[in-house]
Amino acid sequence: MSRIELIHIDKYFGDNHVLKDLNLTIEDGDFMTLLGPSGCGKTTTLRVISGLEKPQNGRLLIDGHEVINADTAYFEEPGKRGLNLVFQSYALWPHMTVYDNVAFGLKIRKLHHAEVEEQVMKSLTLMRIQELSKRYPNELSGGQQQRVAIARAIASNPKLLLLDEPLSNLDAKLRIDMRAELKRLHRDMGTTIIYVTHDQVEALTMSTRIALFKAGVLSQVDTPMALYMNPIDLTAADFIGNPRINFLHGTAHAESAGLSATCGLGTFAYKKSHLTGEEIPKGEFSCVFGIRPEQVLIETQPEEGLVEADVYASQPAGSETLVTLIAGKQELLSKQLGLIDYEMNQKVYLRLNPDKFNIYNKETGNLIKYAV
Amino acid sequence: MSRQGTRKPLSLKRLKNQFFNLVGNPFNMVVFISLVALVALIVLPLLQMLKETVTLSRSELRRVDGQVGDFTLYYWKYLLSSQMTGAVLWQPLSHSLVTGFFTALISVPLGSILAWMMVRSDLPHKKAISMLVIIPYMIPSWTKALSWLAIFRNQRSGALGLLAGMGVAVPDFVAYGPIAIVLVMTLHYYAFSYIMVSGSLRSVNSELEEMAEIQGANKRQILKSITLPLVLPAVLSATIMTLSKSIGSYGVAANLGNRIGYFTLATKMKEFINGTGNTGVGYAMSLLLILLASGTIIANQRMVGTRKSYETMGGKGTRHSPIPLGKAKTPLMGFIVLFLFVAMVIPMFVLVMESFQVTTGGGYGLNNLTLYNYIGVRDFANQNIHYPGIFRNPEFSKALWNTVKLTVVASILTAFSGQFLGYISSRGRGRWFGKVTEQLVFVPYLMPGVAFSAIYFAMFSQPHLGGLIPSLYGTFALIVLVSVVKHFPFASRAGTANMLQIGVELEEAADLAGASFWRRMRSIIIPLAKQGFISGFMLVFISIAKELDLIVILMTPNNRTLSYLAFTYSKDGMAQMADAISICVLLFILVCYRIANHFGADIGKSWG
Repeated sequence: MSRIELIHIDKYFGDNHVLKDLNLTIEDGDFMTLLGPSGCGKTTTLRVISGLEKPQNGRLLIDGHEVINADTAYFEEPGKRGLNLVFQSYALWPHMTVYDNVAFGLKIRKLHHAEVEEQVMKSLTLMRIQELSKRYPNELSGGQQQRVAIARAIASNPKLLLLDEPLSNLDAKLRIDMRAELKRLHRDMGTTIIYVTHDQVEALTMSTRIALFKAGVLSQVDTPMALYMNPIDLTAADFIGNPRINFLHGTAHAESAGLSATCGLGTFAYKKSHLTGEEIPKGEFSCVFGIRPEQVLIETQPEEGLVEADVYASQPAGSETLVTLIAGKQELLSKQLGLIDYEMNQKVYLRLNPDKFNIYNKETGNLIKYAV
Repeated sequence: MSRQGTRKPLSLKRLKNQFFNLVGNPFNMVVFISLVALVALIVLPLLQMLKETVTLSRSELRRVDGQVGDFTLYYWKYLLSSQMTGAVLWQPLSHSLVTGFFTALISVPLGSILAWMMVRSDLPHKKAISMLVIIPYMIPSWTKALSWLAIFRNQRSGALGLLAGMGVAVPDFVAYGPIAIVLVMTLHYYAFSYIMVSGSLRSVNSELEEMAEIQGANKRQILKSITLPLVLPAVLSATIMTLSKSIGSYGVAANLGNRIGYFTLATKMKEFINGTGNTGVGYAMSLLLILLASGTIIANQRMVGTRKSYETMGGKGTRHSPIPLGKAKTPLMGFIVLFLFVAMVIPMFVLVMESFQVTTGGGYGLNNLTLYNYIGVRDFANQNIHYPGIFRNPEFSKALWNTVKLTVVASILTAFSGQFLGYISSRGRGRWFGKVTEQLVFVPYLMPGVAFSAIYFAMFSQPHLGGLIPSLYGTFALIVLVSVVKHFPFASRAGTANMLQIGVELEEAADLAGASFWRRMRSIIIPLAKQGFISGFMLVFISIAKELDLIVILMTPNNRTLSYLAFTYSKDGMAQMADAISICVLLFILVCYRIANHFGADIGKSWG
């Protein structure tokens, strides 16, 4: 249980500025995911919090208690911060049994023998691997090793649990199982969790909040739904969502009532209340429409208000069908639920909800109109 | 840190914290101590020797004006531009270069061809042969010199060799001198080329060759255009390393050259250092030798290391379909058998037999065979031998004890330091201290053994820095020290490889669990490094057990090892006893090798 505050953190590796003036508060009990492409600084952030890296600038508070103060070169030892980390590689000690791996930290704290055993068995039971306690790590499958790594991290009842891409070495099916497992764990333990991943599906499905990183800078911190609905800029929009969002280029200009924007799908007017407050350039300017594939519904019969389009290719995949369309010379991807097959070059009609569109300023890349 | 971001306000608290961060972290202290030790053990002795070459010593007072300790260029002038230059520099240098050149010229093609046949051809019994081919590498090169002498010795040495005993007139230029040196060194260093080239050949994916075959190339074309260019870097490296090693080699050149006054740079240098006076010149020669040997190695790394090392490993693991030799199979097989016979069976047979002979060169008749050389009692000694058999000879038992003591103590220390230095360079990858450690540790590798001990002789023959560095000459400690430091490169490479296998995250996980540095060492690093430690230890052990070049300058009667005793006895004309001693050394090494193999050590990774 703890509240983490990162204040003006700067981290350099040599001349490489990895974390740039990072400010982030993680509330007590949050499942906070640090999300971003590889090399954006998310793992470094995790390692700074854990104490394995020392930042050059900034402060870190855990529950108001100062853990890092770069100004006075104060860095509390990792073992004293009341947290634990699950490594991407699991980092299980190969010469110790599962039991000894989990018990190691407890023995370091000189807990009584009986207490150690109780804690170890409790966390092994929680991870449902109590029968593996006498095995060595190389006798376990990847998924079992993963569970041991988590059991080891939670055995000391950390106030804060850090997870560094823990699922990336598992196969697709196990990954889905473990996602559910981790979500349960978060609820049962109530611990604050910081979770690093580059997989946006993991982030969206598990977190209470997501911090999106871009090249060492925090670009957006929001709930999964808010992040998905309204990515703050074009890079974020591009990164979040699978299949990826459609970008349609168009033009827009400010109006007394709000905004008018035009793209290959038509011209749309928006009220002031839909705008983000981002500065809108004077006169006509280039903009980018962001339209989620599932917002593009396909009808086979023409109707008032529908937009005509041609099917370029369709990819039925069982539970869903992806359809690439050409509308007004622009390419557009649509995601339909269920198994529907379309002919190539078939004429179809698109039902769109302009309120759900995101509109970005092409020049700055920033969001100017919310999807509501 | 100040170049990164803003400069921090200087406060007492900050200074205090920084100080405790630095000092309170045992890792920093460990790095600091090991850097100091490396500088003291490698850089300082080198500088000290350099200083000795420009400092006037007592023995030259007669010839040079000035006082002891004055700066002088006398030694360098003597070496480089005096009437003596021809005799003390050009002649030994040309001898070194000639023997080195011809050794490389013969041994590299020999080793490479053997390697190709063992790795890529369909020769029968490859497994057994490739074992046999590598055995000469385990035999000390000076033992081979003794075998050579056992066969070719003529009247000049007093005791006759096998051929002379059979009435063959063996001319001096066959028995001793450059031809003998080149051939004996070839029989040692071909194995070195063999190991390097076969390693490289093994990493060539045979799909590369099969692709050429599909394109329509025949066997010769494939060999010429695909295989050879791919292993060329390894062949070049082997050439350079052989050159460097044979130039710096002492034992063979001394055994086979000194008797007829054929000196190389290494043997001449030893004469100057241990002989009468003028050690300054000896040091200067040793610096030249180091320059020569390290120059070739560094040039090799520059040329071959970076530009021409191909990434030949395929992702799929390398498959090897052997290339059929066809009609050539029988003659090639014959060649290998003949080679092994000449290179291994005959010399070993002659060496063993001579150790049982009453008179060398007297044939193998029962009346000329005796166990005297092993267990003889002095009262029954014949003619001019004044020693009992080696097992009754206190000099032998002392040397045996010294050898065992030296190898055990030095290889434990070496293996331990190797793991330790390996830990620092693996954890310091990309950091300044990791690079500095790696570079410093590599320095002894660049120096021929005999030159390396010369710098230790310079450093420790008298106290320096007001007694802070004591005089260690004549002590067992000095011989241990020089053996340990000389093997740093090898041991620390093994240590680094070992430590790199232990992921940093394993340590970080323990760090997060609250384990201190020492606790992490004890519970994580040491248990995981144990296996690598043992195999590293065994390999160093063998290398130290057979060492002669490295300790010959530092030997005093009390510290003699078996290698040195054999060398001395041979020099003093007691061939049978020298042979008997080298057979004991060989047995010792073979036993160690068996044990090392048992622990999974690979002799191919050893050098020496």
